[in-house]
Amino acid sequence: MRERIDERPTLRDGDPDAPDGPYVVELHDVTKMYGGRVQALRGVNLTIGAGELVAIVGPSGSGKSTMLHMIGTLDRPTGGTVRIAGHDVAGLSDRELSALRARHLGFVFQKFHLSPGTSALDNVADGLLYAGVPLRVRRERAAAALERVGLGHRLGHRPEQMSGGEQQRVAVARAVAGDPPLLLADEPTGNLDSAAGAEVLRVLRDLHSAGTTIAVITHDMEIAEWCPRRVRVRDGRIVGDEGSGHRPPAEITIGARE
Amino acid sequence: MTRRLVPARLGPADVLRVGAAGLRTRPTRVFLSALGIAIGIATMIAVIGISSSSREQLLRQLDRLGTNMLTVSAGHTLFGETSQLPTDAVAMVKRIGPVSTAAATGTVEATVRRTNLIPKAVTGGIAVQAATTDLLTTLEGNVAKGTWLNAATERQPAVVLGSVAAKRLGVDRIGVQVWIGNRWFTVVGVLGPMPLAPEIERSALVGFPVAAERLGFDGHPTTIYERSAEESVEAVRAVLPRTVNPENPEEVEVSRPSDALAARAAAAGAFTNLLLGLGGVALLVGGVGVANTMVISVLERRKEIGLRRSLGATRGQVRIQFLTESLLLSALGGVAGSVLGALATVGYALSQDWPPVVPPWSIAGAVGATLVVGTVAGLYPAMRAARLSPTVALAAA
Ligand SMILES: Nc1ncnc2c1ncn2[C@@H]1O[C@H](COP(=O)(O)OP(=O)(O)OP(=O)(O)O)[C@@H](O)[C@H]1O
Ligand SMILES: [Mg+2]
Repeated sequence: MRERIDERPTLRDGDPDAPDGPYVVELHDVTKMYGGRVQALRGVNLTIGAGELVAIVGPSGSGKSTMLHMIGTLDRPTGGTVRIAGHDVAGLSDRELSALRARHLGFVFQKFHLSPGTSALDNVADGLLYAGVPLRVRRERAAAALERVGLGHRLGHRPEQMSGGEQQRVAVARAVAGDPPLLLADEPTGNLDSAAGAEVLRVLRDLHSAGTTIAVITHDMEIAEWCPRRVRVRDGRIVGDEGSGHRPPAEITIGARE
Repeated sequence: MTRRLVPARLGPADVLRVGAAGLRTRPTRVFLSALGIAIGIATMIAVIGISSSSREQLLRQLDRLGTNMLTVSAGHTLFGETSQLPTDAVAMVKRIGPVSTAAATGTVEATVRRTNLIPKAVTGGIAVQAATTDLLTTLEGNVAKGTWLNAATERQPAVVLGSVAAKRLGVDRIGVQVWIGNRWFTVVGVLGPMPLAPEIERSALVGFPVAAERLGFDGHPTTIYERSAEESVEAVRAVLPRTVNPENPEEVEVSRPSDALAARAAAAGAFTNLLLGLGGVALLVGGVGVANTMVISVLERRKEIGLRRSLGATRGQVRIQFLTESLLLSALGGVAGSVLGALATVGYALSQDWPPVVPPWSIAGAVGATLVVGTVAGLYPAMRAARLSPTVALAAA
């Protein structure tokens, strides 16, 4: 399936830092109905350019996770268009969506989803399994990714031997081991205390400065304020979009350290 | 232009790794569900192995005893009376070209008892027979104790007991006296087992001359044993009736004792279908156990499935993962069952003094059966896992 990206995407109004190039994420009038009754998204328009760091904030039940599922191609919209890395999701088969996720997307969830009894190294290496990377290379890149999140000394530790913050950093390493252009995080600090949360944020900041596009879902206003761009969601609609995702994030003041 | 989106293929090593990962973390469950398969496979292998070993034992025995012996017996007249062989029948048989040795026994109307105090009617199923001195060589038998009849002892009140006869009479050494007809005979020998002539095992054998002289034997042989070259057995068989009884050849019965053994060997090879069926049922139950384990595993691991889908696993790859897991599970049981079945076969065969035989095709069959069971048991759970939507899977508690 080939996608044409010759039509120039519309730029976000009034953002001097908006890139000329294609957007990584484009949602056009996206709606999502659950079971024909629950309207989780009611016409969402959102574009995220390459290299942005965006917080998606809103109260519980506002549709943040649903939106992330749309962006992450884990589910299809009921209406509207979703384009990820230039691919119109509606035109892709399930296999093609899988390939898209394997190559372009990294996910971090509130629950870490690590395999128990498996070393951090192999947990991270498994993140590259479906990208067709040979085992030896997977392990090398996994080691590098763990180094990046500051866990270079914990390669052989199993999840049950690590703190929550460390486990979430392993999960982040798994998501970014393949250098995906887009990292999606749903409440990555939701299960962590503020110090551990700060560690994770620091990792996100470093990834952002290295060029990764990141969307973080949170209902923690402190974290939202830390992000350079904030998209506010309420009742399935975007009710606010402020800041520039290309700017570096604020100083991390949440954890006591640094 | 954007690149075409084609999912990467998982190599066989990765498929195995992923399939095995699910088993590694649940050893007890793996053990228990593989055990079901193992019991089924072990039963089938043992049934096949034990019957094959018993067959092999019979075949080897047959090989050792030879199939070149024929027996001739008097048979019956047209009117149903017991017919008689001429007294010179053995000599006639020996004159047939390919015949290498021939011997005869003749039924003696007398009983053998441990002492004269035991009533006549209590014979213990032991027959008294007159035997020619070359009987032992013709049967290729051996004496367990003492000696066989010779030119001297065949004229004396001497008796050689078949192995069963000796046991029933309670004779465990030579030199003892037993009461035959109306006088004492001395036991000069006890024979070893005679698989081709079980009637000899149950006989008390005396010489032709002494039988005629002291026990009222008429000198007509009842059964003639002969051996010839293997390739001429059928030819000899064809001419035997006319040779032995030229006047009434149709009354003569010729048989090949090894045929009975061969038939037993064939019957032993056709293993008991009932037991095999039992093994099949056990295997089926084992398969249901594996399917059950897999269904539970898929339910418990919905989050893992969701995660793998988010990492880019296609439905096909999720399906293959659970199918591999199911196959590995039943293969584990299959291997354990094959080993157990083979061990049971060897153990039982050795305890019976049989050569242990586990036919390779039975192992191949076991492998095939486990693959089929693993596939069938894993198919439904794997489909369920693959059909799971990623978001629902991730949201699972
Ligand atoms: N699979 C589903 N089936 C039915 N309704 C759903 C499903 N998933 C979400 N919803 C509903 O859609 C709405 C938006 O849910 P969503 O999970 O996107 O909210 P959220 O902003 O992530 O909330 P939270 O902060 O609590 O995670 C909610 O009303 C929720 O009940
Ligand atoms: Mg949510």
